[in-house]
Amino acid sequence: MSDLRTGAQIMCEALVRESVSVMFGVPGGAIMPFYHAMYEYRDRLHHVLCRHEQGAGHAAEGYARSTGRAGVCVATSGPGATNLVTPIADAWMDSTPLIAITGQVSSVVLGKDAFQETDITGITVPITKHNYLVKRAEDLPVVFREAFHLATTGRPGPVLIDVTKDAQQAKTVPNWDVAVRLPGYRPTYRGNVRQIRAAAELLAAAERPLIMAGNGVIQSGASAELLALAERTGIPVITTLHGLGAFPQDHPLSIGMPGMHGWVHVNRAIQECDVLLNVGGRFDDRVTGNAASFAPHAKIIHVDIDPSEIGKNVRVAIPIVGDAARVLRALLDVMPCRWAATWLGHIRDMQAKYQRRHKELNRPHTDALMPHDVYAALNHALKVRGPSRVVTDVGQHQMWAAQLLDWHRPRSHITSGGAGTMGFAVPAALGVAMAHPDETVWVIVGDGGFQMTNQELATIVQEGCRNIKIAVINNGYLGMVRQWQELFEGRRYSGTLLSGPDFAELAAAYGVLGLRVERPDEVAAAIDRAWDHDACAVIDFRVEREVNVFPIVPAGKSLSDMLVEAER
Amino acid sequence: MSHTVVALVQDHPGVLHRVVSLFRRRGYNIESLTVGRCELEGISRMTVVVDADVEQVTKQLNRLVEVLKVQDVTRDRTVERETVLVKMQAPAHNRAGLIALTTSHGARTVDVGLASLVVELTESPEKIDAFLDLLRPLGIKEMIRSGRMAMAQADGSGD
Repeated sequence: MSDLRTGAQIMCEALVRESVSVMFGVPGGAIMPFYHAMYEYRDRLHHVLCRHEQGAGHAAEGYARSTGRAGVCVATSGPGATNLVTPIADAWMDSTPLIAITGQVSSVVLGKDAFQETDITGITVPITKHNYLVKRAEDLPVVFREAFHLATTGRPGPVLIDVTKDAQQAKTVPNWDVAVRLPGYRPTYRGNVRQIRAAAELLAAAERPLIMAGNGVIQSGASAELLALAERTGIPVITTLHGLGAFPQDHPLSIGMPGMHGWVHVNRAIQECDVLLNVGGRFDDRVTGNAASFAPHAKIIHVDIDPSEIGKNVRVAIPIVGDAARVLRALLDVMPCRWAATWLGHIRDMQAKYQRRHKELNRPHTDALMPHDVYAALNHALKVRGPSRVVTDVGQHQMWAAQLLDWHRPRSHITSGGAGTMGFAVPAALGVAMAHPDETVWVIVGDGGFQMTNQELATIVQEGCRNIKIAVINNGYLGMVRQWQELFEGRRYSGTLLSGPDFAELAAAYGVLGLRVERPDEVAAAIDRAWDHDACAVIDFRVEREVNVFPIVPAGKSLSDMLVEAER
Repeated sequence: MSHTVVALVQDHPGVLHRVVSLFRRRGYNIESLTVGRCELEGISRMTVVVDADVEQVTKQLNRLVEVLKVQDVTRDRTVERETVLVKMQAPAHNRAGLIALTTSHGARTVDVGLASLVVELTESPEKIDAFLDLLRPLGIKEMIRSGRMAMAQADGSGD
């Protein structure tokens, strides 16, 4: 038998060698040779046919975010490739390891505006960690090896591989022994020892220290080290949106989420602290508010694997470039025991003052179905029932989920953070569900985001994903924008009033169980019914329409300037 | 203030796009850019001059997979050179005087026609500026500057 392989066969072989077992995509002309070869590999490479390439991209992201392994999505050239741009940008912003494989027109017509030709490597330069245009089948083994290496190491991110149709068709004897040669890519994993010692001294001497845990803690698998450091020192721990789950929220040292919709006591603690240790967070503007007035009394220690993040948004006293788990282990080696009980007590006092008041405000005495009723019932179900993960979309429902559900486990909270991509949740849940068939995957999504990508219900049904349950927080508005219009723009509800189909009937049309809930006393039963149903279910929660997410730091304002309730 | 950034990059298709994209993204106008092969095989050396704060961009350049090394050499002791080609109106009656003038500033006459001639000067950017100021009133027909090349001084702290 000849050792000759087509480029397309080499691509399949490369995926198998990278331990890929599932990928999400949509075929088309320029990627057809790859799909032709995929047929022989169908027992090892499961292809999930999505209804839109954006869905395929987000599904691959969901797979990646819930496992830590690279997610793989596939599209054809032209519109197929451009439909992947949003998930690629999303993965870039949230440091998600994503491999995007696109077909490209044949190399002889490249650059000649051939049918379905788009310069996708040019388009994705600013939103990929790296990308490749492959014109020769011989290059495929090393390109795939490099792409997976880049996507999953250092600061993870998306890598696009654009393969011309003739490179997929050409036959060659693949050389799998080629070494990765990336002389310009040398991530720093081990933190500088002197800086780590200086950080330990600063933390030991601090009176009001805080630890802020971000996405990097989860990506690096540093939760155990974080817990050990917190327990050794008694330093209170904040978890950012992407840090939710990095530290158990029922732990006595967990104080909650900071930022635009963070808790008042958390933001106050930031504004009062004298040392802030940020591990694996990038000081996003949704966390800092006005960066110039962020943590004005704090000496900041910033641990990040990406040197270009350090000093980008806030001034840093001690920069430590390295992997979160390794830096925290090294810090534990030199960190003395200490306990800041009075400081924690002060934060808890603030929490008692503001958060209780907040909860009362959030659930006024009304018979109407409030979003908070849904979260309370869901939180209870998530606690008492089997293993589960939650995927949220973008908007009010996302912030309520971050605020009102208890997060305990890394990779159990999956959302679109940096890019804020509405339409993320339903397809991302598909990827999460395929990676974790034994867990229940709850989607929480607004009626706006749900209408952006709910076509993937068909994919969920075709794949038989029984473990996906979808809660639509339906208020008939693009709620977060409406909230801003109410609070800051004189209630001019411009372009935010949103109609939609009957979601329960829509679900039924897809062959999915559809439920509608309009009263608070129906919530728990509906969640139980969806959970027990042996297939996907959609619950249309018709909630009170004009409820706001509080507290809120108005855009561009300082964390000190929170609105705790609406001024009416 | 202008910053001069020197980068070593892999000599691959698209690498210039990746580098330039980081400046473009922030709306920075590139004053000059030179790229060429260097003493290392498969590696190009790039000099970028930008009138903007480049600290963050420099870090992001370092993050590019095909970029091996980046330095903001603005405050370093460097040798900076630029080449200019100038086509001057040079009718026969004042051609000799023009050649004498440009030669006295270190320029070479590289081509002579009936009505014009082309001179070349390689010098520091400041001296090029002064040279062009001198020639402007005499009738420049066409001019091109190569863009700045920067290198650490012979026994400098560079590499």
